[in-house]
Amino acid sequence: MTETFPFPNHCEVDHPRSPVAHFGADQPLAMSAGVMLSPFSIAYQIYGRLNADRSNAILLCHALTGDQHVANVHPITGKPGWWSALVGPGKPFDTEKYFIICTNVLGGCMGTTGPASINPATGRAYGLDLPVVTIADMVRAQAMLVERLGIETLFCVAGGSMGGMQALQWAALFPEKVFSAMIIASAARHSAQNIAFHEVGRQAVMADPDWRGGRYLDEGMRPGKGLAVARMAAHITYLSEEALQRKFGRKLQDRAEKTFSFDADFQVENYLRHQGSTFVDRFDANSYLYVTRACDYFDLAQDYGGSLAAAFKNAPTRFCVVSFTSDWLYTTAESRVIVHALNAAAASVSFVEIETDKGHDAFLLDEPDFTATTRGFLAGAARARGLRA
Amino acid sequence: MNAKPATRIDLLLVADMVEKGARVLDVGCGDGDLLRLLADTKGVDARGMEISQKGVNDCVAKGLSVVQGDADIDLADYPTDGFDYVILSQTLQATRNPRQVLEHMLRIGARAIVSFPNFGHWRIRWQIAARGRMPVTPNLTYAWYETPNIHFCSIRDFVALAELVDARIVKAMALDSEGAQMRVEAPWWLWNLLGEQAMFLLERKRG
Repeated sequence: MTETFPFPNHCEVDHPRSPVAHFGADQPLAMSAGVMLSPFSIAYQIYGRLNADRSNAILLCHALTGDQHVANVHPITGKPGWWSALVGPGKPFDTEKYFIICTNVLGGCMGTTGPASINPATGRAYGLDLPVVTIADMVRAQAMLVERLGIETLFCVAGGSMGGMQALQWAALFPEKVFSAMIIASAARHSAQNIAFHEVGRQAVMADPDWRGGRYLDEGMRPGKGLAVARMAAHITYLSEEALQRKFGRKLQDRAEKTFSFDADFQVENYLRHQGSTFVDRFDANSYLYVTRACDYFDLAQDYGGSLAAAFKNAPTRFCVVSFTSDWLYTTAESRVIVHALNAAAASVSFVEIETDKGHDAFLLDEPDFTATTRGFLAGAARARGLRA
Repeated sequence: MNAKPATRIDLLLVADMVEKGARVLDVGCGDGDLLRLLADTKGVDARGMEISQKGVNDCVAKGLSVVQGDADIDLADYPTDGFDYVILSQTLQATRNPRQVLEHMLRIGARAIVSFPNFGHWRIRWQIAARGRMPVTPNLTYAWYETPNIHFCSIRDFVALAELVDARIVKAMALDSEGAQMRVEAPWWLWNLLGEQAMFLLERKRG
């Protein structure tokens, strides 16, 4: 691992250990904010082999703070990829059958253009000079990469949480390019509660004096404390009360008695502090502002005259919507909104609610019912697509 | 929710009524046997709605397009003329508002196929008449206090309902206790007495 100040993964921003597609002045990205972004880069990972008629490509979309390292050892943390439970040889997203692509989203910090990337106009990091990024911007950028890879139609676009928003947006923007889509633990719009949680996170970052109005990289600093607090608060929302209680209860951390201090007496405190401190080693604070904002701005129905069904009118895509019972961040009710809209559009849709106490993060884990659903849905879609089993 | 477990013949008869390549919505699709049959033998675009989450998960794991939903509530979301056929197999008697469900079916699909256990069957009439108790038959095994079947009807009742919702009966058949199809020329009253199950193909009256 290369230790580079000001934050350890800074080398991944400009020199990611991933293939990178550069889009020059001839291929600008028209952003939702009404400006053109040019040049820009997309870092991505690929797995498996593209078949002869280029019909077996799957795009996996990562969640808020995920990245392109979906199924390989992460270059910074040394941990398995974020979806290694589901992606790999013989797994539901079978790399022996499918050609799998995962990109770092626009606004990210793992090699795709984001606020930590160098702004060619100034020679310094963009910081807040990067236009606010939307889910649609992320998807349009991905579409340019997919086109460059020579793929006309994706067999499937799948993702959880913010990844599910991208999958939805793909189906709405490019219905003919999306044969099937899995929208997992996600929503067609960000709820007030979810915007509220994100705002807490952003305010924590911006309240850190080392944030320097977003220009911390120029000064060789980073708002690690603020970002860690943001992560701690967010992490609670990814779990369920039941799981927290089961895992930690009121157990004390390496001590027999309370210390009558503000140390991390409780295991749950220690756990959250650990989550916060490891996060800041791999993530850029401004990037956190951008990706949370992208989620907040997401409201697919708004782009279609207030009718979500209109977004999917005559959609040829086969959809699978999945929710988890204990997910209180992206609830089953939010998934049902999507399902109702798809039904109203007479789209092909499956909807499964998975019983689990693991909260929102369940979509990252090997939940047997979820695995079976994913396998079954992809197998059905593969039959319809005429892919060899 | 079903009547008897061995309803394969019932499914085959339903499948017979469906044209090849049609768009089909199976309401109350259970574990997806009919959808599978229709997809395999008729090449239809088969979708399902099922109230039990377990049934839905099983269906999706088999690669079928099924959503969790309640016929009484969720049919309202489906667009008019979204399907060629809407099927309600052995589920009508378990809905809270059978008339409204049937109306939605005929709105969503050009044709509706409905199968149900016939409450006019002689064995049921006999149990009420002779024992004065709610009937429990090999076909309808639930006791009254635990049955999901809250809106039983006889074949004649259903014919009257079809009339009420302005549906034309394209095809009707009754199955005897052996699951065999009764003679087509038999009169309604005989079907109503000897038919254990009934199956109707309906369509909207034109104009």
